Amino acid sequence: MEAFLHQVLSGLATGGIYAIVALALVMIYQATHLVNFAQGEMAMFSTYLAWTMIDAGLPYWGAFAGTVALSFALGIAIERIVIRPVGNAPVLAVVIVFIGLLVILNSVAGWIYTYTIKSFPSPFPGGSVLGGYLSRHELGVMGVTLGVLLLLFLFFRFTPLGLAMRAAAQNPVSSRLVGIRVGWMLALGWGLAAAIGAVAGMMVAPIVFLDPNMMAGILLYGFAGALLGGIDNPAGAVAGGLAVGVLENLSGAYLVGTELKLTVALVLIVGVLVVRPSGLFGRVLVNRV
Amino acid sequence: MTAILEVSGLVAGYGAAPVLHGLDFAVPQGGVATILGANGAGKTTTLRAVSGLIRPAGEIRFAGERIDRLSTEDIARRGIAHVPDGRGTFVHLSVEENLRLGAYTRRDPAGVARDFERVFALFPVLQERRRQQAGTLSGGEQQMLAISRALMLRPRLLLMDEPSFGLAPLIVREIFRIMRAINAEEGVAILLVEQNAGLALELASQAYLLETGRVVVAGSADALGADDAVRRSYLGY
Ligand SMILES: Nc1ncnc2c1ncn2[C@@H]1O[C@H](COP(=O)(O)OP(=O)(O)OP(=O)(O)O)[C@@H](O)[C@H]1O
Ligand SMILES: [Mg+2]
Repeated sequence: MEAFLHQVLSGLATGGIYAIVALALVMIYQATHLVNFAQGEMAMFSTYLAWTMIDAGLPYWGAFAGTVALSFALGIAIERIVIRPVGNAPVLAVVIVFIGLLVILNSVAGWIYTYTIKSFPSPFPGGSVLGGYLSRHELGVMGVTLGVLLLLFLFFRFTPLGLAMRAAAQNPVSSRLVGIRVGWMLALGWGLAAAIGAVAGMMVAPIVFLDPNMMAGILLYGFAGALLGGIDNPAGAVAGGLAVGVLENLSGAYLVGTELKLTVALVLIVGVLVVRPSGLFGRVLVNRV
Repeated sequence: MTAILEVSGLVAGYGAAPVLHGLDFAVPQGGVATILGANGAGKTTTLRAVSGLIRPAGEIRFAGERIDRLSTEDIARRGIAHVPDGRGTFVHLSVEENLRLGAYTRRDPAGVARDFERVFALFPVLQERRRQQAGTLSGGEQQMLAISRALMLRPRLLLMDEPSFGLAPLIVREIFRIMRAINAEEGVAILLVEQNAGLALELASQAYLLETGRVVVAGSADALGADDAVRRSYLGY
């Protein structure tokens, strides 16, 4: 029982990271109806930026804030420079741009920082809490995840800009007719996705270590979480991400061992999608014309 | 008569072949003009060209300023509110959020608060449903919401695309009564596109009959109402 509880709790901690990645995917999906395959590499690149700042002597939280801000700006730049020109291109062309972005970020990171694994510090002290159920880092990750979710919720729910971003994603034409600069809202969405992806990268790097391929698996789990919860539903994506984290841990511990746990998670997800294609909490369209 | 909106030689369309072949029309300052025409005549296209949703050729002046090269966002910010066909409701957002979006470009919170009161006075049902998801409103309520959303912009010109479409006669009359009040009491000019020619000609002072992208009859609303061709095709008597 105690081991079980331990697996669930630490599953929630990694699930929180998947939830953030899922949320970043949802943010771009809602605006473009495309899955940003480069999301993981963007987060990886941001984590290297944080590593550079820490390496240069910045205190951890200073580097954290700097990385989030810089990633936000880079996300906007990517939308303006790379994504915007293919705005009206066929889906396949945009997907190829995403994949191109993925490859470029990966190889540029490898070129600058080499493919050697680096350790990345955790801002939280070592040791465990709750009688050994949870490491301090895992607990800290949970806190950071909750903080990110709460901030995003408040932003989208209560600020005019957040409302405008939701409106622009839902109905671009009506949004333009009330004076919302829809193009900028899309860019802002990319900025936010890049910023929260950076948080996910910095939280996971102390566990998986920093290398240019560190986000590959995480992106897959985040994607699975988003699909599971409903890729057009932010709250669903968060729930999906957490569920995938727990599922991954439990199946790794009790069913198939660590080598095959990814398979089990994916099989379960495919099963859910066959039964409910819009995900567990996917939006049932309420619409009248 | 000075015009708030002056359009000359308007050519616009969706691809290679234009839908509009050189329209001339105007909306008087503080007045109401209507564009009548059969299905597919180009009425919706005309409004889309005015609000910059499609790129037109020709000249469009709003309060004297050329707006035909501006983006839709900038045209809206100059005070043109467009109630599109299909009403353009943000269906997943609440009634209140829809109204808030209407006032998105405004920086006078006190005025916005007053305008909330004003549209709730015009359409009390919207106040009762302010927390309801807008997509679940009835067609008539959604039309009221669309007009209210446009009013929240504090426009000087209102573009209305078939506000009577799909609504029961009683609601249509109510909506026309309110458009008349908005125009008379607040001096908001209106460009009204309608199939319901009888009601439109009652409200408007200027009228234009559009056929396959050309203005074929133009004049005062009274003159158009008396025109034999208009009466036979659009008024049915
Ligand atoms: N998005 C579009 N793409 C291509 N052609 C279009 C588009 N919208 C309208 N058209 C064409 O332009 C012409 C004029 O259409 P428009 O919608 O302006 O007519 P309308 O007068 O508003 O008709 P209705 O009374 O049925 O609303 C039609 O022939 C229509 O097929
Ligand atoms: Mg039309």
